Amino acid sequence: MKFLSKINLFDRDRMLEILQVFLTNPFRTFLSGLGVGWGLFMIVVTVGASNGLENGVTSDMGGRVKNSMFVWTQWTAKPYKGFKRGRSFNFNSSDTEYLRENSTSATLIAPRNQLGGHRGSNNIMRGTKSGAFNVYGDIPGYIEIDPVKIISGRYLNDGDLDQERKVAVIGKRVLELLYEQGEEPIGSSIRVQGVLFTVVGVYSTYKTGEDAEEGNQSIFVPYTTFGKAFHTGDKVGWYGILIDKEIHADSAANEIIGLMKQRKSVHPDDKRAFGHWTMASAFEEIETIFAAFRLISFIFGGLALLAGAIGIMNIMLITVRERTQELGIRRAMGATPFTVMRQIMAETMFLTTLSGLAGVSLGVASLEVVNDLLKSMDGASGSFRNPEVSLNIVLIALGVMLVMGLIAGILPALRAVAVRPVEAIRTE
Amino acid sequence: MVAIMGSSGSGKSTLLNILGLLDDFDSGDYELAGTSMAGLNERAAAKYRSRFLGFVFQSFNLIGFKSALENVALPLYYQSVPRKVRNLKAMEYLKKVGLEDWANHLPNQMSGGQKQRVAIARALVGEPKVILADEPTGALDSTTSHEVMDLLRKVNKEGITMIIVTHESDIAALCDRTIHLVDGQIDFR
Repeated sequence: MKFLSKINLFDRDRMLEILQVFLTNPFRTFLSGLGVGWGLFMIVVTVGASNGLENGVTSDMGGRVKNSMFVWTQWTAKPYKGFKRGRSFNFNSSDTEYLRENSTSATLIAPRNQLGGHRGSNNIMRGTKSGAFNVYGDIPGYIEIDPVKIISGRYLNDGDLDQERKVAVIGKRVLELLYEQGEEPIGSSIRVQGVLFTVVGVYSTYKTGEDAEEGNQSIFVPYTTFGKAFHTGDKVGWYGILIDKEIHADSAANEIIGLMKQRKSVHPDDKRAFGHWTMASAFEEIETIFAAFRLISFIFGGLALLAGAIGIMNIMLITVRERTQELGIRRAMGATPFTVMRQIMAETMFLTTLSGLAGVSLGVASLEVVNDLLKSMDGASGSFRNPEVSLNIVLIALGVMLVMGLIAGILPALRAVAVRPVEAIRTE
Repeated sequence: MVAIMGSSGSGKSTLLNILGLLDDFDSGDYELAGTSMAGLNERAAAKYRSRFLGFVFQSFNLIGFKSALENVALPLYYQSVPRKVRNLKAMEYLKKVGLEDWANHLPNQMSGGQKQRVAIARALVGEPKVILADEPTGALDSTTSHEVMDLLRKVNKEGITMIIVTHESDIAALCDRTIHLVDGQIDFR
C-alpha cells in the first residue's frame, strides 16, 4: 500500500508542480499536445462517421424481417433424369403444399405472383387517370415477410383468398396518383388489365430513401384471385419464406432448395436451377463492411495517436535536456532519481491525458454539431444519420492513449536521471 | 566555519561535490554521521543530502519559474512535509534572511545578493548539519559579499557547520580556519 501511494502520480502537490512547469511555456505545451489530441479527434470522428453511415443504411433497410428468404426458379445447369440442361420450369401450388408439409426450417411459405413477371409493372386505370404500378398476387401472411403499414382500411385476409374476392390494397403513391386529394379510396374501383378491383386498404412502406418510392407504388390482390383474373392458373412466381429463427439462413436455404431439387428432378449439384436471397446474409454483408470501416478508422486513428505520442516523447526529451540544471538542483535538494523520474512520467502522462481528453471532447462535440445539422435538415439525411461513438470505444481509445503516454514518458524520464547531479548543476 | 582555498583546478570544487554527495570518489573514504559514503547509490545519497546537507552555489541555482517562497520550500517538498507546514517554515527562513517581503517574487526580479540570501534560506530550511557553499560570493560585489558572509557567520553561530569554497583571501579571512588545496592535496604550510 505504501508503495502504491508513492506511485500515485497525481496528488495535489504534483499537479501544481506539473501545471507550473507547463505554464512556463504554454505555447510549446499546446503544440506538443496537439498530436495526441488530433489522433483521438480523428478516431472519434471517423468511428462516429462510419457508425452514422451504418445507422443510415440499416434504417434504410427499415422494417425488414431478418429471417426472411426468397426462392425462385431459373433454368437447369446440368442434365438429369432424362432432362436436358437449360430446362426452365416453374413452381406451382402443389409445390406450395409440399413445402408446407415437408420443410422443417420454414415457418411460413408465401407463394407470390407479379403481373408481367418479376419487376413487371402495369398500367392501372381509374376513370380518366392512369399510372404504371406493380401488381402482386399475395396471401395474407405475406405482410409478415415484407411488412407494410396499413394507413386506412385493411390488408388482405383469408376470406379474400378463399372466396377469390376482387379486392386490392394499394400503396400511398398509387393513391396520390389515381385519386383527387381528399377523395375516399376505400370502396372505390380500379381497373387492372381490364379487371375491376375494389380497394379495401391503403398502405405505406417502412422503407426510406429510394426504396420507399418503389415500395409505395404496389398493389396487392389475393393470390387466388390473381391466378383466375390474369390467367396464371396455379403457377407460382416465387416464394417468400419465413425461416425458423433458431435455424441459420444458409442451412434453411439448403434444406428448402434440396426438397425442391428432388421434387423438380433437378441434379443435386445443380447450382443454377434455383435462385435464392436471404435477408440475413444481406445484413451480414453490411455488418462485415462496417466492421472493416471501424477497423480501418481504428488503425489510422491509432497511427495518428502513435505519431502524437512520439511527438510528446520528443518534446519531453528536449524539455528534459533544457531542464538538466533545474533537475540537478532538485536532486541537490534531496530529490531521489525515482522522484525525478516520477515527475517526468507524470508530466508526460498528464500532457497526453489532457490533450487526449480535449481531442475526444472536440470529436464528440463535432459529431453532435453534425447530428443537429442532419436533424434540422429532417429526412434529407438519406444514408447518413445519427453519427455517434459508444462510450466503450472512447474508453478504449483513452486507455490506449494512457499506455502510450506511459511508454512515451519512460525514455525522457531515464534521460533525466542519466546525468550525475554535479554535471547537471554545472550545465548552463 | 571552514574555508577551502586554492587556485582554479586545485580540486576544491571536486572536494566540495564529494562532500555534498553530488559526485563519486574513486579512492579513500568519506564518513558522514559515522557511515561510510563509499559506493553509495543515488537513492541513498539523496536521503543523506536531504537529511544532513544544505547547498549554496556561486550562480545561486534557484529555479527560475518558482517564487522565492517555493524555492525555499523545495527541500521540504522532497522530505514529504505537508504543504502548509512547508510554506510556513519557508516563510520563517525567508524572514531570517530578511526577504519576507520578496516571498512571491521570481528570482529574475531580485538582485544577486537577494538571490543568494534566498539560496541560503533554501539551504537552511531542511535543518542540515552542514552547509556546503561553492564560491557563495563569486558573483557578488564586495559590499553584498560581506552581507552574505555576515549571514553565513550568523548561521554558523547557531551551530551549523559551514564549509566555504573560495579563491578570495578576504572571504577566507572571515572564516575560523582555512584549508589550502594544491593539485588536489592539502597544503600544510
